[in-house]
Amino acid sequence: MVNHPIAGSRAGTVPAQGKRVARPKDSWIVRTFDNPAVLSFLFMLPAATLLLVFLTYPLGLGIWLGFTDTRIGRPGVFIGLDNYVSLFQDSMFWLAVTNTVLYTVIATIGKFTLGLWLALLLNNHLPAKALIRSIILVPWIVPTVLSALAFWWIYDSQFSIISWALVELGLIDHYIDFLGTPNNARASLIAANIWRGIPFVAICLLAGLQTISPSLYEAAALDGASAWQRFRHVTLPMLMPILAVVMTFSILFTFTDFQLIYAITRGGPAGTTHLMATLAFQRAIPGGQLGEGAAIAVAMIPFLLFATLFSYFALARRKWQQGGSDD
Amino acid sequence: MSRFTRRDTLKIGVGAGALAGAGMLGYRPALAEVMAADVPAPKLTIEKGAELRVLRPAKFVQGDETQFLANAEKFTKDTGVKVRVDNESWEDLRPKTAVAANIGSGPDIVLAWNDDPQQYPDKLVDLTEVAEYLGKKYGGWYPIAERYGKGADGKWISMPIGSSGGALVHRKSWINEAGFETVPKDTANFLKLAQNLKKNGHPMGFALGNAQGDGNTWTHWLIWSHGGAMVDENNKVIIDSPETVAALEYGKQLVDQFIPGTMSWLDPSNNKAFLAGEISLTSNGISVYYAAKNSPDPAIKAMAADIFHAPFPIGPVGKPTEAGLLVNTMVFKHTKYPNAAKEFVRFIFEKEQYEPWQKASIGYWSHPLAAYSGNPIWTEDPKHAAYAEVMKNMLWYGYRGGLGYASAATLADFIINNMVAQVCSGRATPKEAAAEAQKRAERYYRT
Repeated sequence: MVNHPIAGSRAGTVPAQGKRVARPKDSWIVRTFDNPAVLSFLFMLPAATLLLVFLTYPLGLGIWLGFTDTRIGRPGVFIGLDNYVSLFQDSMFWLAVTNTVLYTVIATIGKFTLGLWLALLLNNHLPAKALIRSIILVPWIVPTVLSALAFWWIYDSQFSIISWALVELGLIDHYIDFLGTPNNARASLIAANIWRGIPFVAICLLAGLQTISPSLYEAAALDGASAWQRFRHVTLPMLMPILAVVMTFSILFTFTDFQLIYAITRGGPAGTTHLMATLAFQRAIPGGQLGEGAAIAVAMIPFLLFATLFSYFALARRKWQQGGSDD
Repeated sequence: MSRFTRRDTLKIGVGAGALAGAGMLGYRPALAEVMAADVPAPKLTIEKGAELRVLRPAKFVQGDETQFLANAEKFTKDTGVKVRVDNESWEDLRPKTAVAANIGSGPDIVLAWNDDPQQYPDKLVDLTEVAEYLGKKYGGWYPIAERYGKGADGKWISMPIGSSGGALVHRKSWINEAGFETVPKDTANFLKLAQNLKKNGHPMGFALGNAQGDGNTWTHWLIWSHGGAMVDENNKVIIDSPETVAALEYGKQLVDQFIPGTMSWLDPSNNKAFLAGEISLTSNGISVYYAAKNSPDPAIKAMAADIFHAPFPIGPVGKPTEAGLLVNTMVFKHTKYPNAAKEFVRFIFEKEQYEPWQKASIGYWSHPLAAYSGNPIWTEDPKHAAYAEVMKNMLWYGYRGGLGYASAATLADFIINNMVAQVCSGRATPKEAAAEAQKRAERYYRT
């Protein structure tokens, strides 16, 4: 008969029928793997390695480079806050900061307004529901650079299909200069970003909507709640947790957007559509100033932290989620 | 020692006669055949099992890429060295090269932009031996090639393979309609031409977006033609000057005559607008003419007969001040096969490869070696001649100073381009824009 060790016993012997019977001693490997601390460390190791190599190290390196004058092909030396002082006096940097904030705020509002509206529409019983939901995802699935190229043509000052259609309809008499003036260019880029981001928001919110129990709506209807009241006091509070998460992601994606701008305007006209990400790239790689480019990228961190904290600690507030107001 | 044979001398005579026609068009006559002196090639032993990766700008004319690839294949056939050629979009070439330089890995050979090699001279293989051999064999390097190719110590760190000049591509019939026989040679009349063209509904248009080639080419001409420059001979930033302000004032008047939308134009935009008949004149390489001449569309093909090329007008400084987009060949030290790489570079500069390459791209890339003025491509169609001596006549980006990290970074940051665009879009006065450009440039030139 084999005596199995009792779980939790580490003595190597177990009491059996009043006698202590010697148990074969576990090898050090078994003992090591039996140790919960070791095991949990080993389980976490792959993820931790990935995070260290692909997240912590680049982040740390970026922060360090921001304090140096490193250039492409040449190691730099520590220069303290010089890069930041220099950026502080750089009008292009401040323009990029303004653009980034403006771009993020307007695009996020646009994406969430339209995305929520679309999610509410899709939440209704529609014929070919699955097909429509799949089609909605197309802008999100298409590689950004492809949709950016399509927008580049759509916004072309000579060949824009929008301008052409409006001219043909007799609504305008000359082509719109979508990308040629700063404000037009900013608005055009924001529109492209909204178009691309709506599906992500809509599908996530749709998933949230489907978790809301119909009984809540029935109860509200019995209480005589109007459609707006049902939305305000049932839908919105129940959506808040997922809204907070989706908004966090959306803000992060929008704030760090690069591809749309790079493919459509390359930061032009005259640098007026640079976002912090494109300016960081412009200065670091083509411009060769790795230190300064890293400093611009690092300067994004406080904004991102603020946006994340706002989404988590404000939107995810239990009171708000329960339909209450702030004290 | 280089020496020309009697046969070569005869060719010079024949070539000079054949090119009289081109001379009548106002361009320096070229020779009808490329003459090569009898110079022994450097003895480079190709490493066993060598393979090469070459990174170069993507084509703007099909023949450029097709013939380059054919030459690479020929090299493989002759030497057994496998060559992989990657064609990178113009905007992405600089970042990829920079990353390769920084991490010490990636392509062995890069055909990079302008003075990019000057950003990382320590990372590059010394090409002096090959460059000197080619110079002796092909009539010498043009001074601009030496300027772009040599590092601070006088050694060749890169070898310019060609430059795409920004001549004025125009529809002759519309220029004539506007009351001019040809494109005026001075800036005052050039402005009048722009005004008349706009009145006639055939405006001109130059790129003012962050366009690597076309944007930089014409905006630098604008500043230089009025006596402005980014730096002086000692690399002191002097862009905030009365000459720059005068240039910007002229530029504003000129751009007011452009077709709307040029503020967002990137490199392909003016080609599209020209071929669509939207504009009458633009600054471009020969690619517009190439596209028209080879178009399957009869309407566009017919346009080719009306397309002509002219040099930029001369401004108040009284001398030509044209710029060109230069492609600079370099070999990274991280290559495992430096001899194979040098051999490849030598190979593509040799007449047997270079001449058909220029021909296939109908002279899109103008040569850095004097002997290639004799390439028949410059004379078989008089319209090619405007691009024949781009590298002989052009100024360098970073003019009047030396080339180096700061000149390359300043150009990459589109400082002059943005300064012109700011004024022409009405976002800043000439004085404000010049002052801002001064500050931006000083950041690069400060160390």
